[in-house]
Amino acid sequence: MNVICLGINHQTASVELREKFAVADTDLIHAATQLVATDGIEEIVIVSTCNRVEFYAAAHQPEVGFSALNQFLADRAREHQYDEGVFYKYDSPQSIRHLFRVVSGMESMVIGETEILGQVKKAYGTASTAGSTSRHLNKLFQRAFNVAKEVRTKTNITRGSVSVGSTAVDLAEKIFGRLAHCNVMILGAGETAELTSKTLLSRGLKSIVVANRSFERAVELAKVVEGRAVPFEEWHTHFLEIDILIGSTAAPLPVVTREKIEPMMKQRKDRPLFVIDLAVPRDVDPAVNDLEGVYLYDIDSLQAIAKQSLDIRRKEVTVCEQMIERHVGDFINWLSNDSARLAAGASYLPPNRQSTPL
Amino acid sequence: MDRILLIFSTFCFFLGFAYTLFALGRGRYHPSLLNFSVMGVGFVFQTLFLYVRGRELGRCPLTNLFEVLIFMSWSLVLIYLLIGTSYRLSLLGVFTSPLVFTFQVFALLAQIDKPSTLKPSHNPWLSMHASISMVAYGAFALSCVAGLMYLVQAKQLKTHRLRPFFFDLPPIADLAVVINRLLLLGFVLLTLGLIAVGIGGSKPAPSENPLTLIKAAWPLGVWLLYAAILVAKKWRRLSPRYTAALAVAAFALALSTLWGLNFISEKVHF
Repeated sequence: MNVICLGINHQTASVELREKFAVADTDLIHAATQLVATDGIEEIVIVSTCNRVEFYAAAHQPEVGFSALNQFLADRAREHQYDEGVFYKYDSPQSIRHLFRVVSGMESMVIGETEILGQVKKAYGTASTAGSTSRHLNKLFQRAFNVAKEVRTKTNITRGSVSVGSTAVDLAEKIFGRLAHCNVMILGAGETAELTSKTLLSRGLKSIVVANRSFERAVELAKVVEGRAVPFEEWHTHFLEIDILIGSTAAPLPVVTREKIEPMMKQRKDRPLFVIDLAVPRDVDPAVNDLEGVYLYDIDSLQAIAKQSLDIRRKEVTVCEQMIERHVGDFINWLSNDSARLAAGASYLPPNRQSTPL
Repeated sequence: MDRILLIFSTFCFFLGFAYTLFALGRGRYHPSLLNFSVMGVGFVFQTLFLYVRGRELGRCPLTNLFEVLIFMSWSLVLIYLLIGTSYRLSLLGVFTSPLVFTFQVFALLAQIDKPSTLKPSHNPWLSMHASISMVAYGAFALSCVAGLMYLVQAKQLKTHRLRPFFFDLPPIADLAVVINRLLLLGFVLLTLGLIAVGIGGSKPAPSENPLTLIKAAWPLGVWLLYAAILVAKKWRRLSPRYTAALAVAAFALALSTLWGLNFISEKVHF
């Protein structure tokens, strides 16, 4: 038995092409059932996300399997021209290696991202429900999930955050722990501030206060981030309540100065203050970082940390590849032994005869 | 026999320490059960050692510097296991194991395990004072560990130079709370220890050897040192960073004078 993979992803095809071949969630079971009934394909899992459309199949003869998949795609393309050259085709062991790399986030747009693992798990779950998987793909995908877990826990491939917003959120959690008791103030109503506060909100903030020169815009943003708007001139009256201050105004000079907040910091007891300055020109005087208990990060420092995390992740690629290679070898051995065992007389049960994953 | 138990215990702390050092050196440290497990096993061997030694002596094993160091290490691990629950899988255990390892290696190698020449005291109040005080020092030791972690993290946050293990450190606000609680716990225990000796210990006469008076004054000095930190924290609004730095400095001072106290103890007994 061979495992084959045919697909396109963000590296090989444009979004226009990817969307033509994407398989909608509602269509996955039908497509899988259709494919597994085709000659040459014994088992199938379809992974269809915004960045990739991939078909993993168990086939006795790879060429027959590829041809069945090509035919399926050509039928689906209908009026669109189907050019099979655009799709990559992997036979064992490349197909196995590719799947392990995909679930480990090594083929993702942002290296080390973990969302893909959930997406592949969902795809496998759907295929199982459709009855289109059996011993080979069950074994392969279970192994793939173990590989992803090992890679994530034993290397730094998922270390840190690689975007400004998530880096700021990570830092907030390193300062305050759980954010459930944290109050945030947004000065200004910039787009990055909105995105960052939404990310913070997703981690369970207590409250958000928005202060903007245009009060209408402040009210608008407050609605979006489930906060409340206050007049810009009164922002400092709310200073004692807040733990995180996000600067995002278009002011030409710093709005938050050391002289302004130093006396207020003395009233805050032990509570640290995390200041995220996303504005250019900067909203916060850099001297504020010298104050006891204040941690100031501007857009450059956040980007530098994000880049540092990305560099760490890139350096881990070789270690991850070695780890993956070991698992590819193990799986190929299992596949060979299994084929030999089947050839010796053990019967192969088609997908619809096996109800439990191995 | 009892030293073998101690060697096993020290080896456990060494394992945790060495693994972490290796992992941190490669920038690939991840919290795991390993540190907690080796600390747990090390603690069991420490407890067995103290039990065997206590049986041999017929009293609490605090008769020389060797036993004092081991008792303090045991207290440190005990406090960590009891109140460090939230941080069991964090670097708190990682920072604790090298300290305990250092104490025990020093105790094993420094030829300080000499039988006490002093007549054994069977005053239960004195035994209570000694043992409660040692647990208090365990809490102070752990506050020193947490203080170091706070300072390391505060420095990285301020300078924006984040090392890979930064992400495994407990949140800085949690560390500040832990330091305060440990200082308070140690202070309360030390106060209880002093009350115990105040109730049951014999008082040195003013005409006695000055060394006797120094020995009597030493625990009081440590008590005053920590009282000053707590008062400054409460009334002078000492910042968490300064509190952390003082937790480290105070324990270093208390530890360095412990040697002196032991020296005096060998000369003076009351």
